[in-house]
Amino acid sequence: MSERVLVKGTEAIGEAAVRAGCRLFFGYPITPQNELPEYMSKRMPEVGGTFLQTESEVATINMVYGAACTGTRVMTSTSSPGFSLMQEGVSYMACAQLPAVLVNVVRGGPGLGDIQPSQGDYWQATKGGGHGDYKLIVLAPSTVQEAVDLTYLAFDLADEYRNPVLIIADGVIGQMMEPVTFPEFRDLNTLPKHESWALTGADGREKHIVVSFDIDPYVLEKMNLELVEKFKRIEAKEKRWEEYKLDDAEIVITAFGTVARIAKSVVEQARREGIKVGLFRPITLWPFPYERLEEIAKGKKLIFDVEMNMGQMLEDVKLAVKDHAPVEYYGRLGGVVPTPDEILQALKSKLGR
Amino acid sequence: MAFEVILKKPESLTQKEFTYCPGCTHGIIHRLVAEVIDELGIREKTIAVAPIGCSVFAYQFFNTDATVAAHGRAPAVATGMKRARPDLYVFTYQGDGDLAAIGTAEIIHAANRGEKITTIFVNNAIYGMTGGQMAPTTLLGMKTTTTPYGRSAENDGYPLHVAEVIKEARGVAFLARTKVNTPQDVVKTKKAIKKAFLAQIKGLGFGMVEVLSTCPTNWGIDPVSALKWLEEHMVPEYPLGVFVDKVGDEQ
Ligand SMILES: Cc1ncc(C[n+]2csc(CCOP(=O)(O)OP(=O)(O)O)c2C)c(N)n1
Ligand code: SF4
Repeated sequence: MSERVLVKGTEAIGEAAVRAGCRLFFGYPITPQNELPEYMSKRMPEVGGTFLQTESEVATINMVYGAACTGTRVMTSTSSPGFSLMQEGVSYMACAQLPAVLVNVVRGGPGLGDIQPSQGDYWQATKGGGHGDYKLIVLAPSTVQEAVDLTYLAFDLADEYRNPVLIIADGVIGQMMEPVTFPEFRDLNTLPKHESWALTGADGREKHIVVSFDIDPYVLEKMNLELVEKFKRIEAKEKRWEEYKLDDAEIVITAFGTVARIAKSVVEQARREGIKVGLFRPITLWPFPYERLEEIAKGKKLIFDVEMNMGQMLEDVKLAVKDHAPVEYYGRLGGVVPTPDEILQALKSKLGR
Repeated sequence: MAFEVILKKPESLTQKEFTYCPGCTHGIIHRLVAEVIDELGIREKTIAVAPIGCSVFAYQFFNTDATVAAHGRAPAVATGMKRARPDLYVFTYQGDGDLAAIGTAEIIHAANRGEKITTIFVNNAIYGMTGGQMAPTTLLGMKTTTTPYGRSAENDGYPLHVAEVIKEARGVAFLARTKVNTPQDVVKTKKAIKKAFLAQIKGLGFGMVEVLSTCPTNWGIDPVSALKWLEEHMVPEYPLGVFVDKVGDEQ
């Protein structure tokens, strides 16, 4: 099953989820991610799974919560306004330590915004989004193949850490067709059963409860500290990033997802003009690879952060770089995708060229 | 001397003491649900979904696997569970703020999909947990902490008749409205709850019982008067009855 096939990003994510053993998908239509639920509505019955179109994103995330309570692999996908509506449920899931895979195909915002590709939900994705102290594991693919691989991985991470995992994409990755190699189908019998906590009926055992709640602040603080411990473990183990032409680079572009693809062209073009540029691309937006970026920043002429938002990852880049190198930012907002040319121009003007 | 146990706590209740106020009928309704689960022999295959409201602690009281849903979302949570594990029995236990205000969409759509879950809907005409504010089911003229001059149709709209709304949904397999202020009514309520579970067990569709309940604390009257007040004021507004019954009588 390792032949390469040409697929669209959204459908690739769906097929990867099916192969990861996901047999439950809940979703509510919103552009630009409709191809994913549409794909699942066709695919789930073929593999004995369930697709349900819900009455709202609020209902969706709570169905995901319910399914996850039983220890079953479950997924949903949405786009920005829909993800905003889900935040209460996401916070509940994080506190109750429920595994699930969520996809946000980010569109231009704030508000109703538009339906063009954007990275405007970086803060929402990485800094909480809902109420209370929690983190999601946030994966940001920049190719269709990577979307497949990260989706497959997302289910394992969710199960391992009992935490929701968020895949952040945008309309470019969602709509793009690329050849990919799909991973093998997981043998459903090998999936984790979560016997120690899942709600499956108190059959010959003590009852299980799954709650995001305790009326006693000292108990709730303990629950919080358990989460903090877990987040530290994730930070220690799960940071992922890509380094591109950094060996001799004097300038480092930082970018994720779609922009990182474009940035690769910028690197090539700049190098043809004799400017030694490389790319640092975080793949996990949380946990953010601070230490590696700090290492790389040492002695560099410039760290140039490029995003499709007002400079949201920029804050993490600055936290990483500290005063090892100057940091500049260039971005487009509202769903505008920057071209390699304009990024290069912006870079040159920062260099005073 | 040998003693015979003639009345014991249902197995489907834990040893934890109820935290409800004296005279609150949440406790009676809990016991009925537990007795039904015992009698149907499904305790070890049941998941309880507690709401946000005074019965948020139901997850501690029922001796079954249990969770607490976000405010109003219990039917969605139950849907997710049931779709993941159709072999289990899932019930929600919800107040009128939870089910009939913030969670209106979830309950209507769960009912309309014929979701094979059971809902126990406790209508006490007020928000208990948050201190006695107006509920969608608050009676006209009734004083609450947010209707200090009495609920006015002009400003606040009318008491919401949930069972009458839900009965239009074609996925409903059993639906009744009962009360628990007399022993006879307690018996009738138990029978209705049993049928609402049977609707699920037999795979017929969505089952719900709306139970008229008291909140002496926030109504500001003693427990005995509360039972009378329910009879005199709530029953005329919320007529009792069986609205849908696809379960039938042979059980
Ligand atoms: C999203 C959200 N909004 C508001 C609340 C606050 N809240 C807690 S309980 C409740 C009302 C519960 O009343 P009801 O459902 O009638 O149940 P009762 O307490 O009367 O049994 C409200 C508004 C909340 N917990 N979550
Ligand atoms: S506040 Fe009302 S509903 Fe809540 S436990 Fe007390 S009497 Fe019952």
